[in-house]
Amino acid sequence: MSSDPSPNGHSPHPAHATTPPPARSLPGSGEARRHILVVLVLDRPGVLNRVASLMRARNFNIDSLAVSRTDKDHISRMTLTLHGDDVAVEQAAKQLYRLVDVLKVQDVTEDRVVEHELALVKVRATDANRAEVIKIVELYKGSIVDISAESVIVEAHGTEAEIDALVALLRSYGIKELVRTGATVMLRGAGSIEEALKP
Amino acid sequence: MFGRSRADRTEGHSAMTMTRGDDPARGAASTAADPPGSTRASAGTAGTAGTTGTGTEPGAAASPVRERRSHVPADGSAAAAAVEQARKDMLHEVRSRKRTRIGADALMEALINQGTDVLWSYPGGVILPIYDILGDYPEIRHVLVRHEQGGAHAADGYARASGKVGVCMGTSGPGATNLVTGIATAQLDSVPMVAITGNVPNALIGKDAFQEIDITGITLPMTKHNYLVRSADEIPHVVAEAFYLASHGRPGPVHIDITKDALQQETTAEHPSLEEVVAGLPGFRPTLEGHPRQLKLAAGEIAHAKRPLILAGHGVLIADAMDELRTFAEKTQIPVAWTLLGIGAIDEEHPLAYGYMGMHGWKHVNRAIQSADLLVAIGMRFDDRVTGSVRTYAPYARIIHADIDPAEIGKNVAVEVPIVGDARHVLEGLTRLTHEVEPGTRKEYLYQLADWRAESEGSSWHGSGAWKEGVLSADFVVERIGELTNHTATYVADVGQNQMWLARYTTFRRPNSHISSGGLGTMGYSVPAAMGAALGNRDVETWAITGDGGFQMTSQELMTLAADHIPVKIALLDNHKLGMIRQWQEIIYAGNYHSSHLPGPDFVKLAEAYGIPAFKATRTDEVDTVIRAAQGIDGPVLIWFEIAEEQNVFPMMPAGKGLSDLIETWGAPEE
Repeated sequence: MSSDPSPNGHSPHPAHATTPPPARSLPGSGEARRHILVVLVLDRPGVLNRVASLMRARNFNIDSLAVSRTDKDHISRMTLTLHGDDVAVEQAAKQLYRLVDVLKVQDVTEDRVVEHELALVKVRATDANRAEVIKIVELYKGSIVDISAESVIVEAHGTEAEIDALVALLRSYGIKELVRTGATVMLRGAGSIEEALKP
Repeated sequence: MFGRSRADRTEGHSAMTMTRGDDPARGAASTAADPPGSTRASAGTAGTAGTTGTGTEPGAAASPVRERRSHVPADGSAAAAAVEQARKDMLHEVRSRKRTRIGADALMEALINQGTDVLWSYPGGVILPIYDILGDYPEIRHVLVRHEQGGAHAADGYARASGKVGVCMGTSGPGATNLVTGIATAQLDSVPMVAITGNVPNALIGKDAFQEIDITGITLPMTKHNYLVRSADEIPHVVAEAFYLASHGRPGPVHIDITKDALQQETTAEHPSLEEVVAGLPGFRPTLEGHPRQLKLAAGEIAHAKRPLILAGHGVLIADAMDELRTFAEKTQIPVAWTLLGIGAIDEEHPLAYGYMGMHGWKHVNRAIQSADLLVAIGMRFDDRVTGSVRTYAPYARIIHADIDPAEIGKNVAVEVPIVGDARHVLEGLTRLTHEVEPGTRKEYLYQLADWRAESEGSSWHGSGAWKEGVLSADFVVERIGELTNHTATYVADVGQNQMWLARYTTFRRPNSHISSGGLGTMGYSVPAAMGAALGNRDVETWAITGDGGFQMTSQELMTLAADHIPVKIALLDNHKLGMIRQWQEIIYAGNYHSSHLPGPDFVKLAEAYGIPAFKATRTDEVDTVIRAAQGIDGPVLIWFEIAEEQNVFPMMPAGKGLSDLIETWGAPEE
């Protein structure tokens, strides 16, 4: 009679085992990558605090967080990005589900999505190099929304990576201020994350 | 005597309840409070109900007004008389007055609707509106604890012994922070509890007012859910929701913070129906049934396993799945090991009951886990005290993990077959899908386990019979307590060596007979939790098994035991040490015994100062005598066992090591 080998490929004959079996893998020890979670929550006082507190207490580091109302008056939507291996992020999602005010958590990392983030960058720009700055901004489909003698405010939107790239270029001119909204995403196509929820 | 005091109470209440009944708003709301099918009479009819309560008046039975339930045990016992006296004393100074229904009334009505019969509480400034009306609600037995922590542990012990939601209350600021340890204890052990605190009036919130603290901010990470209630109208709904959350799905504590003005406002808010409560919680839909596909996968694993082992946890007890567990184990002939909180999931005398696992678990059990090819984990969470180093845990085993909380699955240990569902439904499903296994089929495996068990039990400190040499040893004491109580009592552990001795050497034969702070490991838990357990299950004896360290953390509750005549028998295992600390210092910190020696008072005198009878035993041959003497006493009693000072709990798995690295011998140095 043969039986299934252990996940480690060892046959279970522990009584006669001479070499120790290989170590069991630890959940969350795989390769970390960026994940995007969409979290739908009841719009109740303190819900943002609950989400943030849970992530902190469970040792997850939020990279960005964007919160807003949805068209349903009692539901808010959070877009949350974090780094971790797939198992760890799944654990974060499951912990979020334990919150009574959380209605739905969806990891859209693997989905086809529209991802947008808005950034405002106040860049040092004088008569000497303003044109240069404007050119770079135009290449990135951004716009100049304010001009003064010594600086411009650049408004840019796009994916996190696109904004990272623009900011890296602008850095050589001197960034006086930077604000980013954090990623917001929506699934492409007709499907809706809010679909399963009651209006 | 009893009938007399009851009549007194009726008279004392009639004035108040009649004025209350005059208030139409209150009457209407109270009636609306009754859920369909409830046997409870509305609060507005208490005066009448008190009269019919004697049951002798003609026409009493025909009256449409049903009797108001009372917390007083109707047995004429000393306990009943003591409760009655306490109530009379409490009401002595209360003046009858006309008043309307306020937030505090809504709170008490809501508690009664939920079946609360005991409230563990301590008064304070902002909850005085509640204390002002508490006397109007004889359904609820208010127990005046001596510290809010004691109240929280008592509510916890009550919940674990009764299966109902325990309720504790404290005032704002320090009253609330004192509850925190008890709330955290309940959270880590999934105990259904509702903790109520008052807070300063709305206008003062955020102003650092006297006794103001952001207590909902503090309890947020240690509760299943919490509320800050700022208006009386919210109270009925919030309380109903809190009880629903606390007791459904994976149980846990829910905290309700209510501002003082919300308690004082008039309100006509009605109590919601269960449907309304559920509809208001769209994000809370626990999965009870295991997914058929997962159950089928699990059944396949079980069919192929040669060395399977069931790991039973607290979830089995919470889901009341003891019968299902036994049926499943018998059908598949799989032995059952249990976690600390899983004690009682199976009768320890059952042939397939194998033993207690983990850091201080039995060596044979840990050995079985390390050699198993399949672990069937039901309602347990692979805590680090159970697994030790995960990397070397159960290296040959595939794992089926069933839990009602999806977040527990894959959290600590990667598993092959996850099943989300409650223990009862999952075990039912597995029993249905697995084939009957003839007892002979696993003969070789079961014989080997039996050999390991005989060896392990024979070589332990307990099995070695060292106690016979006259040293009073703790394992002997807890074993005798189990024997002499016929294994039927409720045994409430403290934390440390006493907890491990109790778990190992008392044979548990009844579900929920073992109560222990497993997750948080709260020293000082035993006496107050036993206080709650004694009122949670009045049909059996309640024993608090505690060490001298934990006992001294909450010994003020001796006064509560004495004043309220709560029959807890305290077995104080005194080694003049923080025993588990001393053991770690001996084994892991090269005998550097800093602060683990713990001088204590004369515990007999201490108990007697509270009016509690006490005994002392220092020799093995005195043990049975004092236990029997304590059993003969109606009411609280303390036994001071002076035990060997340097007894260790073996085997022991040093933190960070694996289950195969058990230290088994007395004083074995590590490294």
